[in-house]
Amino acid sequence: MGIEGIGARVARKEDRRFITGAGRYVDDMVVPGMKHAAFVRSPHAHADIKKIDVSRAKAMPGVIGVLTGKELKADGIGNLICGWMIHSKDGTPMKMGAWSPLAVGSVRYVGDAVAIVVAETKGQARDAAEAVDVTYKEKKAVTEAVDALKKGAPQIHPEAEGNLIFDWEIGDAKAADAAIASAAHVTRVKIHNNRLVPNAMEPRAALGHYDRGEDHYTCWTTSQNPHVARLVMSAFYNVAPENKLRVIAPDVGGGFGSKIYIYPEEIVCLWASKKTGVPVKWVADRTESFLTDAHGRDHVSEVEMAFDKDNRITGLKVDTIANLGAYMSLFSSCVPTYLYATLLSGQYDIPAIHANVRTVYTNTAPVDAYRGAGRPEATYLLERTMEIAARELGVSPAELRRKNFITQFPHQTPVIMNYDAGDYAASLDAAMQAADYAGFEKRRAAAKKRGRLRGIGMASYIEACGIAPSAAVGSLGAGVGLWESAEVRVNAVGTIEVLTGSHSHGQGHETTFAQLVADRFGLPLDSINIVHGDTDKVQMGMGTYGSRSGAVGMSAIVKALDKVEAKAKKIAAHLMEADEGDIVIENGALKVAGTDKTVPWFQLALAAYTAHNLPAGMEPGLKEGAFYDPSNFTFPAGCYICEVEIDPETGRTDIVQFVAADDFGNIINPMIVEGQVHGGIAQGVGQALLEGAYYDGSGQLLTASYMDYTMPRADDLPSFKVSTSNTPCPSNPLGIKGCGEAGAIGSPPAVINAITDALGTENLTMPATPQKVWAAARAATRH
Amino acid sequence: MSDVSLTVNGRQVNAAVEDRTLLVHFLREHLGLTGTHVGCDTSQCGACVVHVDGKAVKSCTMLAAQASGSTVVTIEGLSDGTGLHPVQAAFKENHGLQCGFCTPGMIMAATDMINRHPEGLDEATVRAELEGNICRCTGYHNIVKSILAASQAMAKGKGRAKAA
Repeated sequence: MGIEGIGARVARKEDRRFITGAGRYVDDMVVPGMKHAAFVRSPHAHADIKKIDVSRAKAMPGVIGVLTGKELKADGIGNLICGWMIHSKDGTPMKMGAWSPLAVGSVRYVGDAVAIVVAETKGQARDAAEAVDVTYKEKKAVTEAVDALKKGAPQIHPEAEGNLIFDWEIGDAKAADAAIASAAHVTRVKIHNNRLVPNAMEPRAALGHYDRGEDHYTCWTTSQNPHVARLVMSAFYNVAPENKLRVIAPDVGGGFGSKIYIYPEEIVCLWASKKTGVPVKWVADRTESFLTDAHGRDHVSEVEMAFDKDNRITGLKVDTIANLGAYMSLFSSCVPTYLYATLLSGQYDIPAIHANVRTVYTNTAPVDAYRGAGRPEATYLLERTMEIAARELGVSPAELRRKNFITQFPHQTPVIMNYDAGDYAASLDAAMQAADYAGFEKRRAAAKKRGRLRGIGMASYIEACGIAPSAAVGSLGAGVGLWESAEVRVNAVGTIEVLTGSHSHGQGHETTFAQLVADRFGLPLDSINIVHGDTDKVQMGMGTYGSRSGAVGMSAIVKALDKVEAKAKKIAAHLMEADEGDIVIENGALKVAGTDKTVPWFQLALAAYTAHNLPAGMEPGLKEGAFYDPSNFTFPAGCYICEVEIDPETGRTDIVQFVAADDFGNIINPMIVEGQVHGGIAQGVGQALLEGAYYDGSGQLLTASYMDYTMPRADDLPSFKVSTSNTPCPSNPLGIKGCGEAGAIGSPPAVINAITDALGTENLTMPATPQKVWAAARAATRH
Repeated sequence: MSDVSLTVNGRQVNAAVEDRTLLVHFLREHLGLTGTHVGCDTSQCGACVVHVDGKAVKSCTMLAAQASGSTVVTIEGLSDGTGLHPVQAAFKENHGLQCGFCTPGMIMAATDMINRHPEGLDEATVRAELEGNICRCTGYHNIVKSILAASQAMAKGKGRAKAA
């Protein structure tokens, strides 16, 4: 592998700018003549707009323009769309309600954008936004999905009667029913997967610049996928044709899914720049982020799991209601369907599965993918059910899992997925050993003497990453292909630029992607640059989410490197008068195997560009591009164990140890992989213990700042014990599976299984706050 | 308008600013020191921590006018310019950052923390003292590791200086 190649624990190339304050985020960008925007947002969860009076605002100091939805529509700017078509089980297409970037007629959640104010300073823009006089006629709001489906609930979109977006199913209902009817034991569980706010530390921002002279737009935006942003803004929102729109996502301060989508603000800033004649910058404040960033999760489910007399799972039936908020965000429809229900087999051999999913409009922020996206919901549901089943059956949770593990690969589940490789028992064993599972009862007894309740819980998760085979997702309703692109440009002096359609917003691509190249050609990492996040530099790409950039993005680089290597070898063979098949690349040189003939890499590159002595008919230059379309999903899997101690007097839960044993296939940089797992676990622990987005009955978000929404802090968490095992992924050239979301997927059930083990009750919902744990502990001791 | 006069990263700065200008906005928008970030507006997240007269301060909590007469050091001025400050180096070595947005505030808070604990730091103390800084990427694991490593490196550095 070499000291900087595949598998090496290399410190990150990108760190220097971040640790010295030289990072460049959207809010750091300054364009000559740039002015500042503030949005007027609905204070009501559901209302009709009767009148908008902008006259007072327009007269305020520094104000350049005040624009509303009426003018936006007059200019032909389109509505926001959901890019994944789902059909209900009766064959009807999903019911997508109109979402104008600036509200026209009605507002449907607190934070819905109504108007934009552009002014000389941010302060002046905000002052004037407060002076925009909007007359609303308030309507009754509904915030819970279950309530929105009830008769007489407020009707949110005329397109979706009864607020039902689709009623979808997967699997075999008859087979699942039959398994439950003939079961020796059925475990029944109600699951609530709490609504979360992604909370990337960098608030969303957009800077729109219309260049009158060129009739060309540039948008700097906090995006995980700038190319998709350009495509959608051009093809659907009618902002500008693609050749007249450049989208740049510079340094982006975390995404976790929330920066995949194209939001109203970037569209409006671009449009407003043309209308006002000045570059327009908008930066969300944190409360705006809470109100308008796409939220995550918010599922309510009922589960039935059937077992035979030998404790083998014979069937699973799931009924889920998913809250999609006030509008269908860009990928909202695929999260509670193909990213969720297709993972309901977990790590287990389950012969019959059926899931029914209803998605619902409510007067809340739109809900879309958040780290894990559907897979945390599937895993929490399954792993809580497995733990509860083990307790009901009176068997060890580890052994119940082990008995039902899939052990033969490939394995076709009843819900589409074809698992290609894995060793689930290996992860379970590794986690149990690292946690000293065998010694737990002693620790529990010792804690009891100290007046503490100690519990242990596990979760064996699987996820589908490397999204995704384009034809497969196309057949399931995706509006885009999910391949990735790469271009490897060898400069005349031998240094290399790799252009990628992936986008790094914390994942360390500038290092790991360069490690691939260093490994291939034996070049120093310092001679390789990764270029991403700019549609003028990288032709096309699908961006970073769903743990896809390793499995898909790097595979595209591998394909491009193969082409570069092939051409380089042809040139080298020609220069050294050798057979092409005898050329090897080692330590930055091309050599004729078994001889002392050698051409240094830089000399080879120069020869490609001087073109004085190339093989007959060969084009000059050394630059190759590739598109990689995966042939299957990848299937990272693992086992997490959490051990907690609870103070029954206060309800405080301390995580005393947390173990993660993951199988990510081959690993490019273990340091970065561990970092991804740490961060994912923290988010999962946050969901389990601390985080929850709460609306009151009128649709006001009660948790709209860091004083109300509990983010995990350093003293809420322990250091984590992480390890990996490896069954290489057979479907991509690097054998890698992806590691970005595992931590957030596997940890919530492990934490709740530990707490319920300590308390002796299953009656506990996330987040397990001290108040809830205290109440549960008291209720449990009363029985 | 308020006249402010302060030293930022060793340079004397004089300016007239709107009264409501926060120190963080003064640093970012008037001086172009964009390494100091705004993450929350409510003084919870710590992305805006700078040193004011040697102490860690959330620069979104302070008006520029209040900082007049003070000496301010931001992430851009932390190292002496010849290389990385030991805390910066430790964050890089220990993968104490991912997206980098909270990082300047973390590093400034960590430097202050280490300075206030010449006796050395342990994990529990570091975690408790990071109460005012939120990171969404790292799960804090490697931030804690970075701060402990920097604390040791700086103690050794001082030890060597004394011995010399």
